[in-house]
Amino acid sequence: MLAYIVRRLLYAVPILLGVNLFTFMLFFGVNSPDDIARMQLGAKYASPEAIQRWKVERGYDKPMFYNPAQEGAEKLTDTLFVDKSLRMFTFDFGQANDGHDIALEIRGRVGPSFAVALPTFALSLVAAITFAMLLVFFRATVLDFWGVTLCVIMMSISSMFYIIGGQWLVSKAWALAPVSGYAGGVDMGRFLWLPVFIGVVGGLGASARWYRTIFLEEISRDYIRTARAKGLSELAALFRHVLKNAMIPILTGVVVVIPALFTGSLVMESFFAIPGLGSYTIEAIRSQDFGVVRSMVFIGSVLYIISLILTDISYTLVDPRVRLG
Amino acid sequence: MYVCLCCLLPAACGPIPNNPYPAGEGGQNILYTAFLDRPRRLDPAQSFTEDEAAFLYQIVEPPLQYHYLKRPYALEPAVASAMPTVRYFAADGSELRNGSDPATVARSEIEISVRPGVRYQPHPAFARDEHGEPRYFSLSKADLANIRSPMDFTHLDSRELVANDFIYEIKRLAHPGVQSPIFDLIAEHLPGLKVLHATLNEEIKKNPGAWLNLDKFALDGVKEVDRYTYRITFTGMYPQFLYWLTMPFFGPIPPEVDRFFSQPGMAARNLTLDRWPMGTGPYMLVENNPNARMVLEKNPNYRPDTYPCEGMPEDAEEGLLADCGKPLPFIDKVVFTREREAIPYWNKFLQGYYDAAGISSDNFDQAVNMGDRGEVTLSDDMAARGIRLMTSVGSSTFYFGFNMRDPLVGGAGADAAGRERARLLRQAISVVLDSEEYISIFLNGRGIPAMQPIPPGVFGAHEGEAGINPVVYEWRDGKPQWRGVSEAKRLLALAGWPNGRDVRTGEPLIVYFDTTDSGMGDKSRVDWLAKQFRALGVQFVVRATDWNRFQDKILQGNAQIFLLGWNADYPDPENLLFLLYGPQGKAGGQGNNSTNYMNAEYDRLFDRMRVMPDGVERQKIIDQMVGILRHDAPWVFWFHPKTYSLQHGWLKNRKPGDIVRNGLKYQRVDVAAREAARERWNQPVRWPMAVVALLLVVLVTPAVLSWRRREKAAACVGPDKASERGGTA
Amino acid sequence: MGVKPVLLLTDLLVFTLIVCAVFFAIQARRHAPSREAWRRVGRQPAAMASAVILSVFAIIGVMDSLHYRSQLPLEQSESAAVEKTAPVVYSTEVLSVLDALLMPLRVQMEKTYSVPFARESFQRETVEQADGGQARITPRLAYGARHLQEGEPSLPDIARRLVWTPFQALAVAGALLCVVGIKRSRGVGIVAAMRHILAGCTELAWRPALIVVFLVALLVAAGVALAPHYHVLGTDKVGQDVLYLSLKSIRTGLVIGTLTTLIMLPFAVMFGIVAGYLGGWVDDVIQYFYTVLNSIPSVLLIAASVLMMQVMIDTHPQWFDTAAERADARLLALCAILGITSWTGLCRLLRGETLKLRELDYVQAARAFGASTAQILRRHILPNVMHIVLITVALDFSILVLTEAVLSYVGIGVDPFTISFGSMINAARAELAREPVVWWSLASAFGFMLTLVLAANLLADAVRDAFDPRRQIR
Repeated sequence: MLAYIVRRLLYAVPILLGVNLFTFMLFFGVNSPDDIARMQLGAKYASPEAIQRWKVERGYDKPMFYNPAQEGAEKLTDTLFVDKSLRMFTFDFGQANDGHDIALEIRGRVGPSFAVALPTFALSLVAAITFAMLLVFFRATVLDFWGVTLCVIMMSISSMFYIIGGQWLVSKAWALAPVSGYAGGVDMGRFLWLPVFIGVVGGLGASARWYRTIFLEEISRDYIRTARAKGLSELAALFRHVLKNAMIPILTGVVVVIPALFTGSLVMESFFAIPGLGSYTIEAIRSQDFGVVRSMVFIGSVLYIISLILTDISYTLVDPRVRLG
Repeated sequence: MYVCLCCLLPAACGPIPNNPYPAGEGGQNILYTAFLDRPRRLDPAQSFTEDEAAFLYQIVEPPLQYHYLKRPYALEPAVASAMPTVRYFAADGSELRNGSDPATVARSEIEISVRPGVRYQPHPAFARDEHGEPRYFSLSKADLANIRSPMDFTHLDSRELVANDFIYEIKRLAHPGVQSPIFDLIAEHLPGLKVLHATLNEEIKKNPGAWLNLDKFALDGVKEVDRYTYRITFTGMYPQFLYWLTMPFFGPIPPEVDRFFSQPGMAARNLTLDRWPMGTGPYMLVENNPNARMVLEKNPNYRPDTYPCEGMPEDAEEGLLADCGKPLPFIDKVVFTREREAIPYWNKFLQGYYDAAGISSDNFDQAVNMGDRGEVTLSDDMAARGIRLMTSVGSSTFYFGFNMRDPLVGGAGADAAGRERARLLRQAISVVLDSEEYISIFLNGRGIPAMQPIPPGVFGAHEGEAGINPVVYEWRDGKPQWRGVSEAKRLLALAGWPNGRDVRTGEPLIVYFDTTDSGMGDKSRVDWLAKQFRALGVQFVVRATDWNRFQDKILQGNAQIFLLGWNADYPDPENLLFLLYGPQGKAGGQGNNSTNYMNAEYDRLFDRMRVMPDGVERQKIIDQMVGILRHDAPWVFWFHPKTYSLQHGWLKNRKPGDIVRNGLKYQRVDVAAREAARERWNQPVRWPMAVVALLLVVLVTPAVLSWRRREKAAACVGPDKASERGGTA
Repeated sequence: MGVKPVLLLTDLLVFTLIVCAVFFAIQARRHAPSREAWRRVGRQPAAMASAVILSVFAIIGVMDSLHYRSQLPLEQSESAAVEKTAPVVYSTEVLSVLDALLMPLRVQMEKTYSVPFARESFQRETVEQADGGQARITPRLAYGARHLQEGEPSLPDIARRLVWTPFQALAVAGALLCVVGIKRSRGVGIVAAMRHILAGCTELAWRPALIVVFLVALLVAAGVALAPHYHVLGTDKVGQDVLYLSLKSIRTGLVIGTLTTLIMLPFAVMFGIVAGYLGGWVDDVIQYFYTVLNSIPSVLLIAASVLMMQVMIDTHPQWFDTAAERADARLLALCAILGITSWTGLCRLLRGETLKLRELDYVQAARAFGASTAQILRRHILPNVMHIVLITVALDFSILVLTEAVLSYVGIGVDPFTISFGSMINAARAELAREPVVWWSLASAFGFMLTLVLAANLLADAVRDAFDPRRQIR
């Protein structure tokens, strides 16, 4: 087990390197350091000299991959790529273009992101599984048919409509929740129940339908028939066998989503003015802050890789037959 | 499941479930407002945007300020004890009388005295221990462990404001690490800054990372006269400098504070001057979370300051003079909440959770009724709620620039006849782009058509008939009348493109519009432009690009027609007319003249106008210059936006005016009225919750019933059949 | 007046797609198992109904893909000599056949918002009256309901215009019934065949299809009858007809839903089966490649790529003659980027399936007979993974259409000059904050989008049920 994890972690290094290289090239394909400087200095009085001074000050005047002006190994290390991208492997994210410390900022924003995403995730899971179980229980009846139809309709509605509509109805027309905002501590619930509720409802259709197919596949297996033939009640069969055996496909789908909890939901955070990581990312892209973008990409990839490992480990927990090696 | 969720909902219990503020804040003397863009820089030597000014101008008090009520804007001393004195000297060192020929002035001296006894806000940098030594100048990492803001230190102290603090800040403009945006601009008049910049650069190379005590470096041209007085010497005349003295660029920075923030480990905790500006202003920053909330609190050490008693005649009617002579500031605390979206901002304003909404976004059209010719009134619904609308013409101008280096619209490289054709073409385009219609459709009347670069309210602009641009408007029935498409067609025919076809070759005229593509509104805007050009028979092609590429095009002189705006830094015609000054040419150079317009006569007049005091003479020269511009038409004078502020009835003493940025201290809140209105406007509608619960019951009941039936039935049908049915699903 | 056909890049790909689809259909007809699978799809009422709706959308999309530039009218110049030498010039505005059909909707622009079927503007205006005073009124619209007299109610007029529409719709449905009846009349006679269809006794679900045809025809007929005289779905901020915008959005949605998969398919299929079949270092490289792509948060990847493409487009204005071509390039770029970010899922599925197939007897046998790798992949592996491809394509379609809306909101979607559901929603969301609420733009986008995505989802479901071998065993 341990050896497996270590090997997987080692395997992560080239992947992260690839990710870094990829983002680096993508980003500097878009923006020359001059562009970044100009974005930061603003439109007024941004003379070429001011731009040059800014680049020197922030270390953006170095060449990208190869620095012929330096000696020996420095030719490769005293470059933008090493300077800006590679040092993230030590989790040193440096400073954003406007001077704030990225690591500090991320630490401050994880909380709000998590506060929205975790309840949404957990409640969605519970709601979707419950709903799917109900549908499976009533499979091949009118209830099932209309339930599935409802799911399909719900998943055919753009998430934008859920947010726009929900915010308008609940906050504006009914005055039941603050329109937007965020606060820590006791007040948190007041702000968060609406985005969480909208998130759960918006995602219910697709996931319930997906769980339903998984459960149906499981319930048609022979051992369930046998169990039922032996007189096991329908409910007991569902909970004791179907749910348990459907765990592996559910886990595959679910664990991969966990990193997204940290990176936050972009649209939701933007609409409800939640100061989380999702809005941070979008702001960084819009203001072309490469420092922030590469940090978020790096964290995202690290979490993704960790979640892959977690998925594998969770298999062994659910199903003892699965061995990692 | 939702039933339980609904039970847990705080919405079901609290008095006003949609109140976004902590319950404990009710009834307090707090002003609530919002900000859309996060402030990026709050270092007084760097900050240059309106978003940041909303905070910074309340914290840092520069020597001068604009009178809160008087229009046109008038300067008055803020932390200075009186208006600065200016003296002029000839090359031989002899003093010149005021009003002598600018050409003979070799240098000018400005002497500024600050009020004695003014004290800074409490700050840890001033704290001293029992031995009188600075307490917090050698902080370790452990000392900073629980510190998030300078206010978190146990010992805070203050000290008196002295002239050297202002000198220190001027020196910071030259600091290579500070990157002040106005460095080049000021260094042009104060060459000592460039020398200091070079010296400091050397010093930093020698000792990277260490604190630079700027007190040790002399700045040629800036001198401390006594404890409360300092003197700045400029080359030549620089009368506009007085306006710069209203900006935090020239506010005070105590060296102790600079030293305090330069300690290792501070920046990693966001403890920098850039995040935590400080000063002698009416407010101090106590919470800085640019993603969610910024909080200003009353500065306990603020100097004695009173509400003005003089104003414009209409101010008395508006009740703006009622608080005459009362001590400032009125409000104890100001909470700025971050809103990323305009819609929540607007909704919260309507619910009474923001006291004022100043943004000019599209959502605001519902608030106002707009007349045909741009007059704006508040809608009945809003008026009934006691909301008031205030408009004022801002100090900015929007214009379509013609790139004068372009062969078609600029006539570059052509003979005199060709240049004349280009000029007529520019005039034709100026006419056809009817800014009144544009303002009424896209700005909902939040602007007035521009007749020239200078917005009304700034010296040099004329009201009424004298002020109209005769190329585009004529004066009829006591108001300006657009000359219409026919005039544009006439000019275009004169230019040699009757009906948009080249009179010689028959080829259609194609013009290119360079723009940045952002936001959805732009499509309709571009459609509108295309419609205007279609009326002339001109083919209109849009070349959209991103901001950087757009800047490149302007810099390289590759654009043809483009839309730009300019916010005047100060209310002086110089700051607007210099946008067309030849030596400011953007292409090849680094100035602000994006059209690369060059007219020797205009430049000559500009050089004279720049250094003149306001008066009849200056007005005459400006009129001449504007006349040249209207004839040459390097710009389509487009519109001057109106600042447009909505506020609830309980917010008093608010007067719009985008140049006055330190207006917070004058404002007052009627807290009781606000509480009552919030209560009244936010009665929750609870029946939907009951409906949701009922709906769930309705959904669940048949499910339960049918489950029971099936459990019974399963016993007799047998399992095989049940699974068959399942299989067909 | 002459026209000059314009073939935008996406048009080209749309037509390529149609050719591919036709080719695929012919193949499927010849191939018994897949014919059988398609029949299974056709048996489901929801699938047939959805297919009808989707084909209506597809027809609109194809009509909107036939682009042209019209010739500018020749100037009446004084000298005849100039006239002769004057070159033929085409307008810089690129239109489509759909635009031509919707001519009245496109050009009848109001000043600003108006409610569906309104005769007056949504906003009050101050007007000067004859006696010199001012009054605040809601002015009559320039086009909407302009044929009505002052004070004449609009409802009877609408009813009068709608009288014939049910019959027209019935005629269309009846015609279709006849066509299907004639095809099925072998042996039983046409009347009996038609009776069969109406009774719902046919194997393929013709009856629901006919019902949907009738309903769609009813809507179209009503639209044709009313749209030139009223703004059926209201107008937007700048007075454009919302029905026109909604219809124009369809092509964008379809293009994103289909071309994205078309672009990603070759890569996903090739990499997937090659990795699965060859294994070894090829497999490692491909797996490394898609793990890297997968591990970058997709929004970031899309945002960065879109920005990069945008810069590319911006720095090469000489590539594009017209704004439409520019916007089209961005749309295509968006499809390509979405394709790049979404091919990994399919690739992984195909790799897994190929791993299984590789070990099967007949593949082993082919290998033993010395068939080349390329032959094996083409003859034996590819046909046996096609059902996975088909299912993925069907399922991805609706997801992509929905993604577009979100991306446009974030600002990394289609070009601002392209009309799409995303841009409609984006523009409309500000309208909800108004009072009274401007609901019709959002409602139209909602309605059209829901119909499109719902139909696509239902059809995709049926396709999956029919083609997935695992589901047929049960």
